[in-house]
Amino acid sequence: MARMTMIEAIRDAMDVMMARDERVVVFGEDVGYFGGVFRCTAGLQQKYGKTRCFDAPINEAGIVGAAIGMASYGLHPCIEIQFADYMYPAYDQIVSEAARLRYRSNGEFTCPLVVRMPTGGGIFGGQTHSQSPEALFTHVSGLKTVVPSNPHDAKGLLIAAIEDPDPVIFLEPKRLYNGPFDGHHDRPITPWSKHDLGEVPNGHYTLPLGKASVVREGAAVTVLAYGTMVYVAQAAAAETGVDAEIIDLRTLLPLDMETIVASVKKTGRCVVVHEATLTSGFGAELASLVQEACFFQLEAPIARVTGWDTPYPHAQEWDYFPGPARVGRALLETVEA
Amino acid sequence: MTTDAPLSLHVPEPAVRPGGAPDFSNVKIPKAGAVPRPNIDVDPETVRDLAFSIIRVLNRNGEAVGPWAGLLSDEELIEGMRHMMTLRTFDARMLIAQRQGKTSFYMQHLGEEAISCAFRKALSRGDMNFPTYRQAGLLIADGYPMVDMMCQVYSNARDPLKGRQLPVMYSSKEHGFFTISGNLATQYIQAVGWAMASAIRNDNKIAAAWIGDGSTAESDFHAALVFASTYKAPVVLNIVNNQWAISTFQGIARGGSGTFAARGLGFGIPSLRVDGNDYLAVYAVAKWAVERARRNLGPTLVEYVTYRAGAHSTSDDPSAYRPKTESDAWPLGDPIIRLKNHLIVRGVWSEERHKQAEAEILDTVIAAQKEAESYGTLHAGGKPSARDMFDGVYAEMPPHLRRQRQQAGV
Repeated sequence: MARMTMIEAIRDAMDVMMARDERVVVFGEDVGYFGGVFRCTAGLQQKYGKTRCFDAPINEAGIVGAAIGMASYGLHPCIEIQFADYMYPAYDQIVSEAARLRYRSNGEFTCPLVVRMPTGGGIFGGQTHSQSPEALFTHVSGLKTVVPSNPHDAKGLLIAAIEDPDPVIFLEPKRLYNGPFDGHHDRPITPWSKHDLGEVPNGHYTLPLGKASVVREGAAVTVLAYGTMVYVAQAAAAETGVDAEIIDLRTLLPLDMETIVASVKKTGRCVVVHEATLTSGFGAELASLVQEACFFQLEAPIARVTGWDTPYPHAQEWDYFPGPARVGRALLETVEA
Repeated sequence: MTTDAPLSLHVPEPAVRPGGAPDFSNVKIPKAGAVPRPNIDVDPETVRDLAFSIIRVLNRNGEAVGPWAGLLSDEELIEGMRHMMTLRTFDARMLIAQRQGKTSFYMQHLGEEAISCAFRKALSRGDMNFPTYRQAGLLIADGYPMVDMMCQVYSNARDPLKGRQLPVMYSSKEHGFFTISGNLATQYIQAVGWAMASAIRNDNKIAAAWIGDGSTAESDFHAALVFASTYKAPVVLNIVNNQWAISTFQGIARGGSGTFAARGLGFGIPSLRVDGNDYLAVYAVAKWAVERARRNLGPTLVEYVTYRAGAHSTSDDPSAYRPKTESDAWPLGDPIIRLKNHLIVRGVWSEERHKQAEAEILDTVIAAQKEAESYGTLHAGGKPSARDMFDGVYAEMPPHLRRQRQQAGV
């Protein structure tokens, strides 16, 4: 075991897999010599050579398209899109190609590919370094979408993603890279080195894709969260005193409906939280699934706390971000409804 | 205050529209044999002219002339002839089948048969094509079973792709034919990635990318040239310039560039133009480019100058946007007639043998069609099960799809 930041844990996952499997290659913008703008690939080129870890031209469609070709050859590329916000030029390659090769070729050509991208706000990144586009991936058949919330999970999930035979979108909440941010932007964060979930096992281990984790047990209301919002929800529960059961979904697709349904049937109430915009967000899918499965156990309307339906602003970052105060209000309203 | 005239927008137009007389005076055709054949390790800077000329081997008299001639034996040429005739016959039968309602859609190769048929012969087993919808000659010339192709076109019970793809979107890993996408140009950069993977693994296989003149305007084309140039990927970048992108003439995609091949020059990629209706020229240029890739000399861009003599697809009517007689006026002729004339000049073929071959090939294609139709057509007979629809989205079916399959009751 070692204490690691989320950046180090993600790097360690790639290191472990590059050592075990020569088919694993890593590339992206600034990823090679320099080691990535967030340092997630630092040292990998020096360790594995320029043909296993290298810099790519600034062309996201090219990065993903080339990786799809490599995957169809038999490599297992684990590529980086520098910010999730830069993903759109590659969207056709992800949606029409990576996600469908297996299906349209009846299994002749497959796409074991991981696309890593930093997601979410909280770093004053403005509209183009803060978005949370997870719903654009969960809407696509053939993709898996993962959002880890801590170093331990990030390493185990990333190794599982690299070993997965199908394309996996791996969204890394960048505000969590260095510590569990709970939305109180005016307070210092606890670094991962002082947090239990900063304990990362050495070597190879996996966490299954499609398995959620109950991070706080409670009886009054179920909170469905992922990424940064896991810590915001915990802060909101602590500050309001609401006995919330908080579920970290970890994988959005496939989704762990068993854990969700068991919890909502127990609590009879549900709040869904995410940083992404509200309309057609993943929270809409969650609310719909919960009411389909738990309608007769529900004692209150399902609430959603999300980013507003605006572009992610710069100066108004903390007005946009669904922080502990907004989540806390939703918890109170839902338990009192 | 400016004294300049107001700005105006330039929108290119083809030389002629329906009702006009076909005019290809803008297509400069050099004499067969006139273009030199450089060594494969040539400095790309010294062969820029090749992007503006047209490499041709067969002359007006049916003779093979010049430095690109002499690569194929009589037997190989006769085999190439049979491949092109088979593809043309296959297309004709499938077009009729579509009109009879046996499938929804079809796309033929009329006039472009030499390109994919000859290119395939320059590749080795294990190499991978990333084709568009108009390179089925790659399959025919590699011996892929015609019955399987027809079952795919019919989406019947024996469709290798289980009814999931539009007609002609074939896939065959064994025959080096990547699964076709209906989205244009996506395969171009994938081919470069596949070739990079082969180089990363120190393999000896190469990739071939395919695109049409219209789709070179897509960003993925640019991405492919950047990546191929940067990493010197072992890939042949093919552009089939058949003059028409559905109803849009090639000038809309080409813009102010002299030729499509010239697009490669800014990337430092050797770029050649070749007579796409000349089986011998296509083969010779393909062989040159394939050898460069195989010897780790990097990518080559090849523009095949040809003409789409038929409609874009069964959903298209070219008489709405180009003169009906335009294909007859195409100055590079018909690839089958030109190879036939050459074989006759060589003394290994005759009009009688040609007719006999046509009859034999028609019999073979009809027999394959009968067999394929015995497994069903789109609206009659055997078809893939509704259950197949849910398989293969992922390696392992996730719970939500299992639930949906149960709901569908299949």
